[in-house]
Amino acid sequence: MSHKNIFNMHKSWWKILSVVLLVYTFTAGILMKVPRLPQLQETIRNLYFHVCMWFAMMILFIISVVHAIKYLRTNNLKNDICSREYASVGIIMGILGYATGAIWMSYTWADPNIPSVTFSLIAKEPKLIGAAIALLIYFAYLVLRDSIQDIDKRARVSAVYNIFAFAMLFPSIWILPRVLPSLHPGGSEGNPALDFKSADPRLRMVFYPAIAGWTLLAVWITTIKIRMRYIKDKSILNA
Amino acid sequence: MKKNLLALVTGLLLSLSIFAQNNPEQVEMADTMRSNGKIYVVIAVILTILAGLILYVVRIDRKLGKLEKNQ
Repeated sequence: MSHKNIFNMHKSWWKILSVVLLVYTFTAGILMKVPRLPQLQETIRNLYFHVCMWFAMMILFIISVVHAIKYLRTNNLKNDICSREYASVGIIMGILGYATGAIWMSYTWADPNIPSVTFSLIAKEPKLIGAAIALLIYFAYLVLRDSIQDIDKRARVSAVYNIFAFAMLFPSIWILPRVLPSLHPGGSEGNPALDFKSADPRLRMVFYPAIAGWTLLAVWITTIKIRMRYIKDKSILNA
Repeated sequence: MKKNLLALVTGLLLSLSIFAQNNPEQVEMADTMRSNGKIYVVIAVILTILAGLILYVVRIDRKLGKLEKNQ
């Protein structure tokens, strides 16, 4: 074990990088010039927060499935713990992405004069439905996991389920929303007012560092949860 | 005939003014907030919250490090 760094934190350089990138996101994300888009206006800055939640979720789910496959190859319970914690923090990022999206869309797509009509249109959004399906599948992962008592059986069943859950991400959040027409940008065809492609460079200056910063923060929280679990399950891991 | 032409020209001019409204400079942004510097208050607040959360995570990380050492 090496605890020889300035903050006495476990391997801290990328944690410091995460903090630096997040401070940059919060200041440059508010201060830097953004394209003046009708309908979106200043809310385009949500790109540095809302969209990054989804990126962090996807990256954490990818790490989770890699650990699930590793567990199936090696039967090492440490991989099982990693797989579970990455999935649960990924779910938290997904919930945050969903909640922030709900706030953003009510001020962008919804017409306050005819709420029943616009909200029912929004409810048909393929991106919302796809993301909801993906998150529910991962909720089921946690439920399934915690309902099995036997440690090895739990690890094996949940690793296999994790692979299926990951496979369901493809249709639900990567394919369907791109095939179906949508108000949400980033599909095959969007509302031209919501197309950020035309003014990309100014947004990218903050957007890419923001993705890295948020993802590193999520990974940091996950490693803390994993280390806690290692201490808790020490007797099982060493057996 | 002349009247029709006049109507056409007026129509074209009107459509021009509609195009002008799509001009990016016309989109309402929080320019006042930027010019009077109030935006820095917002940044101070969100940075304080970020600092608080990060310090909390750092503290947990360090405590856990000590716990691991004692194992």
